[in-house]
Amino acid sequence: MHRTGELYGHFQTLEQQKDSATLGMWIFLATEILFFGGLFLTYSINRQTYPGVFADASKTLDLTLGTLNTAVLIASSLTMAMAVWSAEAGKKKLIPVYLILTLILGTVFLGVKAVEYHAKYVEHHIPGLPFQFEPGSTAATNAHAELFFSLYFGMTGLHALHMVVGVGLLLWLLRQSLKGRFTAEYNTPIENVGLYWHFVDIVWIYLYPLLYLIDRHK
Amino acid sequence: MATTTTAPVHTMPRDHYLNSTYGIRSWLLTTDHKRIAWLYLAGVTFFFTLGGIFAAMIRVHLLTPSGLLVSPETYNKLFTMHGVAMIFFFLIPSIPAVLGNFLIPLMIGAKDVAFPKLNLLSWYVYIIGGCFVLYSFATGGLDTGWTFYTPLSSVYSNSAVAPAVIGIFINGFSSILTGMNFAVTIHTMRAPGMTWFRLPLFVWAHYATSIIFILGTPVIAITLLLVALERTLHLGFFNPALGGDPILFQHLFWFYSHPAVYIMILPAMGVISEIIPTFARKPIFGYTFIAASSISIAVIGFFVWAHHMFLTGESTYAALAFSLLSFLVAIPSAVKVFNWTATLYKGSISYDTPMLYALGFIGLFLIGGLTGLFLACLGLDIDIHDTYFVIAHFHYIMVGGAIMGYLGGLHFWWPKITGKLYPEFLARIAAVTLFVGFNLTFGPQFLLGLMGMPRRYHNYPPEFQVLNVLSTAGASILALGYLLPMVYFTWSVRYGKAAGPNPWPATGLEWTTASPPPTENFDVTPVVDWEPYDYKNRPDLGLTAPAAPLAPAHGDD
Repeated sequence: MHRTGELYGHFQTLEQQKDSATLGMWIFLATEILFFGGLFLTYSINRQTYPGVFADASKTLDLTLGTLNTAVLIASSLTMAMAVWSAEAGKKKLIPVYLILTLILGTVFLGVKAVEYHAKYVEHHIPGLPFQFEPGSTAATNAHAELFFSLYFGMTGLHALHMVVGVGLLLWLLRQSLKGRFTAEYNTPIENVGLYWHFVDIVWIYLYPLLYLIDRHK
Repeated sequence: MATTTTAPVHTMPRDHYLNSTYGIRSWLLTTDHKRIAWLYLAGVTFFFTLGGIFAAMIRVHLLTPSGLLVSPETYNKLFTMHGVAMIFFFLIPSIPAVLGNFLIPLMIGAKDVAFPKLNLLSWYVYIIGGCFVLYSFATGGLDTGWTFYTPLSSVYSNSAVAPAVIGIFINGFSSILTGMNFAVTIHTMRAPGMTWFRLPLFVWAHYATSIIFILGTPVIAITLLLVALERTLHLGFFNPALGGDPILFQHLFWFYSHPAVYIMILPAMGVISEIIPTFARKPIFGYTFIAASSISIAVIGFFVWAHHMFLTGESTYAALAFSLLSFLVAIPSAVKVFNWTATLYKGSISYDTPMLYALGFIGLFLIGGLTGLFLACLGLDIDIHDTYFVIAHFHYIMVGGAIMGYLGGLHFWWPKITGKLYPEFLARIAAVTLFVGFNLTFGPQFLLGLMGMPRRYHNYPPEFQVLNVLSTAGASILALGYLLPMVYFTWSVRYGKAAGPNPWPATGLEWTTASPPPTENFDVTPVVDWEPYDYKNRPDLGLTAPAAPLAPAHGDD
């Protein structure tokens, strides 16, 4: 049974193993960019077609919670980077501290999202369930607002799914770090999960203005 | 071809990857890339057979102008399921997942791919995706066309669209994992001395294919996910009645599906680049250009997708750009055809079965590729779009090209994979049968298209019947051409003669190890200090140059 940090049989050196893992993670992130990209394209086309309704629908999102979540996620990227630094600096006792902080922040993010989703449920803004925008909207406005919310739930939902996976990865890292597996010489898993976590953060950094800030200045 | 010495008698090695462990668990839980190749071989052969049965039913139905076999609704399901099974579950995985998986580590001197467990996972993901699609086929079928145009697929179709698109979505991750694995393997796991420009062109072809796997597949994934959501939750992304845009679907769909056709042909071109030098006993002409052309096709191929949409009302300027780019993407393909031909020139050619497939490939791919240029012509496309001309064009490339490349590769590397020789005489007959049957099936379809017969129609005007009957007759011969290898390959595993390490002989690292190889591929990590395709400079293989050795194909990179 393979233990974290050991050389896999098909690799010649630990350096080759590390290079492979890191390149693999970068390539995976490239696929994720294209994956989210389809949704971003759909969003762009639809926003350009229905600018007024998209602005109105965006204003029904809770700006405070959205901004809070953005701050939480950026802070979690900081704590994740600190976890990677701790590993590289050989400060083994600090690694679980920063991982737990990242976990807490990530969980806060998901909790806030749950609160927001619930608010949307109460306002009948979830597509698929009986959807009703403002009472008295025309059928067209209703349909176009439903498009906005389909994209809102699709994009933030897909993002949240990636956060859940990230939380799972962090829990695995926490377990390994408590066993003392990560050293200054070997810390590839933390580095690669860090890459993944930062990517998920960057996706949110695009989602936040595109979904929450449409025409807010007006 | 005749030799004065008696042929050496080989025996199978005592221990190799096929007998190193026994039992179903050792196969279903293997991480050995060679065994995973066999798992994929079983999967793709199954879907090929299924797709072939649908094709047979289509051809039988089209024997008469009013349709012989099925109702119009069922006919729609036949061509849809034929396309889905063949494209997503046979053509896209075939060469990469079977031959690529088996050969890439051997060709670069590695023990396995970079991520062996992800390799096994990719097969399970393929199977699970396949099960969803089979469930769709069994519970109402699919009648939207393999292109799933909305809003027919997302709203109005009464067939089992949701499980099918979910199945193809899942299968996409198999492609992504394979692409990731190959790209990382080729970057990080080459043996000492195996520089980029000493790599076999088969590896270059798969590297280019991996770029497309990685960048293209996620887009079809998200697109089909949106179709599934639209269909089940009645959302409106692609439904005009709800403010959505069906053309957006087409852009998203074709952004992957055009590069997908390069996924299907680039590996086959890699196979041809291995076979031609071997059976012309000559180094390949223009190694660097062939390698660069593979990458060019992968890159330019991402910029031509809307040539599938010339008749959707796209602007003249957009159409112009896509038409021009489509002409441009033909250039690297032409470079390859020229270089293969130049390799043959003054070569010492023998007509073993792999060479028959490779020569057939060059001719048929040429026809398929040139007719693609006809379709890229804006004015001409107005008349031949959505006719049998298109069908003939892509079948010349996908069957006359990709499948012949696959079969040629299977024959070429069968001795390495199984340690056994297939029966050469029967194999040559099968290759010729396939070639004749193929041309009789799809040649008439060019004429039908030019005469105006639309595609995806269950009936046709009576004046088209003769050509349709010819096409169906050809299909029966083509089917025989496919059945024969299935039979004699199976026979050869048990009864074939032992092949020895290098029966052809060919250069390339995979031929330096035993047939079949040991589980760890090489007994000692190879150190590479020779140039690829050095057919004039290998006295150990009986290939010597009378004069000075040839200059290396590329400089000392």
